[in-house]
Amino acid sequence: MNNIGLIIAREYLSRVKKKSFIIMTLLAPLLFGGFMFVVAWTATKGSDTKNVQVVDESGLFAEVFVDSDDNQFDYTDVSLEDAKASVLSGEYDGLLYIPSLDVDSPNGVIYYAPNNPSIGMVSGLSRKIEAEIENIKLTRSGIDKEVLESLKADVDINTINLTESGGEKESSSIGATAVGYVAAFLIYMFIFVYGAMCMRGVVEEKTSRIIEVVIASVKPFQLMMGKVVGIASVGLTQFLLWIILTITISTVAGAAFMDTKADLDKQQIEQMEAMDIPQGDMQDLPQNDPNIMEKLSTAVDSINIPMVVVAFLFYFLTGYLLYGALFAAIGSAVDSDADAQQFMFPVTIPLIFAIVMLSAVLNDPNGSLAFWLSMVPFTSPVIMMMRVPFGVPVWELALSMVLMVGGFLFTIWLASRIYRIGILMHGTKVNYKTLGKWIMMKN
Amino acid sequence: MELLRIDDISKSYSNHQALSNVSMTIPKGSIFGLLGPNGAGKTTLIRIITRIIEQDSGTAFLNGDEITPELVRKIGYLPEERGLYKKMKVGEQLLYLARLKGLSRPEAVSRIKSWLKRLDLTEWHGKAIEDLSKGMAQKVQFIATVLHEPDLIILDEPFSGFDPVNANLIKDEIFKLRDDGATVIFSTHRMESVEELCDHIALINKSEKILDGKKLDIKNDHKDGTFVVIHEGTLATSEHYELLGSERTEIGLTESVVKDKTDGGPNNLVKELIKDVEIHSFIEKVPTINEIFISKVKGGSHE
Repeated sequence: MNNIGLIIAREYLSRVKKKSFIIMTLLAPLLFGGFMFVVAWTATKGSDTKNVQVVDESGLFAEVFVDSDDNQFDYTDVSLEDAKASVLSGEYDGLLYIPSLDVDSPNGVIYYAPNNPSIGMVSGLSRKIEAEIENIKLTRSGIDKEVLESLKADVDINTINLTESGGEKESSSIGATAVGYVAAFLIYMFIFVYGAMCMRGVVEEKTSRIIEVVIASVKPFQLMMGKVVGIASVGLTQFLLWIILTITISTVAGAAFMDTKADLDKQQIEQMEAMDIPQGDMQDLPQNDPNIMEKLSTAVDSINIPMVVVAFLFYFLTGYLLYGALFAAIGSAVDSDADAQQFMFPVTIPLIFAIVMLSAVLNDPNGSLAFWLSMVPFTSPVIMMMRVPFGVPVWELALSMVLMVGGFLFTIWLASRIYRIGILMHGTKVNYKTLGKWIMMKN
Repeated sequence: MELLRIDDISKSYSNHQALSNVSMTIPKGSIFGLLGPNGAGKTTLIRIITRIIEQDSGTAFLNGDEITPELVRKIGYLPEERGLYKKMKVGEQLLYLARLKGLSRPEAVSRIKSWLKRLDLTEWHGKAIEDLSKGMAQKVQFIATVLHEPDLIILDEPFSGFDPVNANLIKDEIFKLRDDGATVIFSTHRMESVEELCDHIALINKSEKILDGKKLDIKNDHKDGTFVVIHEGTLATSEHYELLGSERTEIGLTESVVKDKTDGGPNNLVKELIKDVEIHSFIEKVPTINEIFISKVKGGSHE
């Protein structure tokens, strides 16, 4: 057992002391924080103002196109040909041509531009024309616009979770979705990145031939577990540092961003929330929509945070152990990273499948698809993390965890059978049949 | 006193027999040459002794005890395929390997220091293995093998990759270790180093042990009554001896190899030779390990 400790320490220290680890650990939150900042910044700033020339031969839309931040409209009386020429000469970014049209079949509106205009731009223009035509039709049929407005209703449905203890809590699908997605993706990425690291470590030991020296001192199983656990500790270290650094950076960036007093749309708030910005910071938000603030705090309140954290740590580790052991086994069976590809594919399929199924699970977080996927150990780390923020019955979570433990014990056993033979094999062409033979082989 | 006893060990892989019923004893304090052509089963035997793989049947005893994972710590093993963690520093690497063998940290640190000094590597202590020349890396690996002062040191082709100077350095270290009480198993197909170093040998061919014992006894057993005679005049096969070959020497004499047919010992043969030629030199031809090796291995393949 003492040897496992030594192996873990070596695997851990040799990676944590690497320059690339330090650089990645420092850089990733900077990049991530910077990325969030740029997204937020561009969202508020909007795009460049476009100068649009309007040739309105129908004369119906004289008041419709008013200048905005995005567009500046110039009505003109020149002929279509002259107007086109002024677009080509660069005087205008685009030309909206409205022929004299029949409001019952409004066809023939054309937007001329040197480049493809954005969809948002075109649909914006078309919406304005449609709205005006509707107005004209309303007036024609004698309905007052204000009467029509008053007929419209705007209803928000608040969802409330009933709990057995008799309490009621307001739930928020949006908050749960965001938390679930972030957790599921983090687990997915962690398994991939560190699983591959495990595999490369084994291949390195095998190709550098140190393996025989080490194996004369420790059991193959100890070596494999030492490596898997050592790399898991590297991952946890990096992950914790990332959380701390990301919170710091995004808080700073967030504060700078708040100074612009810009509107935050819901999406951005979700992003900020996903980044674990402490609630205190949220109080600085512009209060122009108190409803958002309300929703946001209930979104966070409705999620069982301790349960999410515990489940995350559990699936984070066990999911990695399950896949990490398999990756180590692959590394032991091949002679180079390149040979590993053919074996990596089938191992990663369940993981990719889980990610693909996320949106289906999201549609019905407590449905039977979600239930079964969160029971199968190969998909449960990703799928369960998506479900937990929505609230999962305790027995389901417990069953999934038990199966998960069973699952990783099984893959570790399987991997160690392959590993003990594989590490000493050089230059053998390995296929699934030989792997099967190794698993069955006595020592 | 025997240090290692191999008792009737067999091992088969899925498609071939690697060792069949191999037994041998290795005396304490000997330098034991484990010889055999490629694929004979030497590495398999070593891996069974170091418990890297498990035998199908039979037992290996170290100092009378069946070798357990704990007992493996008393063995130092230098595999033929050398390897160290390329990115790790020399000192850290040795410390790691020594601690895996059960040395305490302070003990390991002080031994590493003295060994690096002994092999002239002190200034490389903080360098990564990948920055070392191949010969230096080999020395580091040798240190890793003997650092925990094992009772049994197993060296698989220890001189490959060394220049003559360093090979001699290592050879001297092997003798020193033996004098300090260690037993060395030395697996190789380089026969000149066997002649020089080993006092006991065992020959493995095609999964079977075909020969073992003291080097001297084996050589004596393989004397076939041939003699090298340097003489004046011409020799021809007679009823007393058989001429196996002759060639002229630089100083105008003839060197002939003759096989004794008299059954009366060297003196008797000389008596007969004197009658035919003038003898300048007469010496018994003792077979080299190389010759024994080749004749045994070839003989085996003819059967």
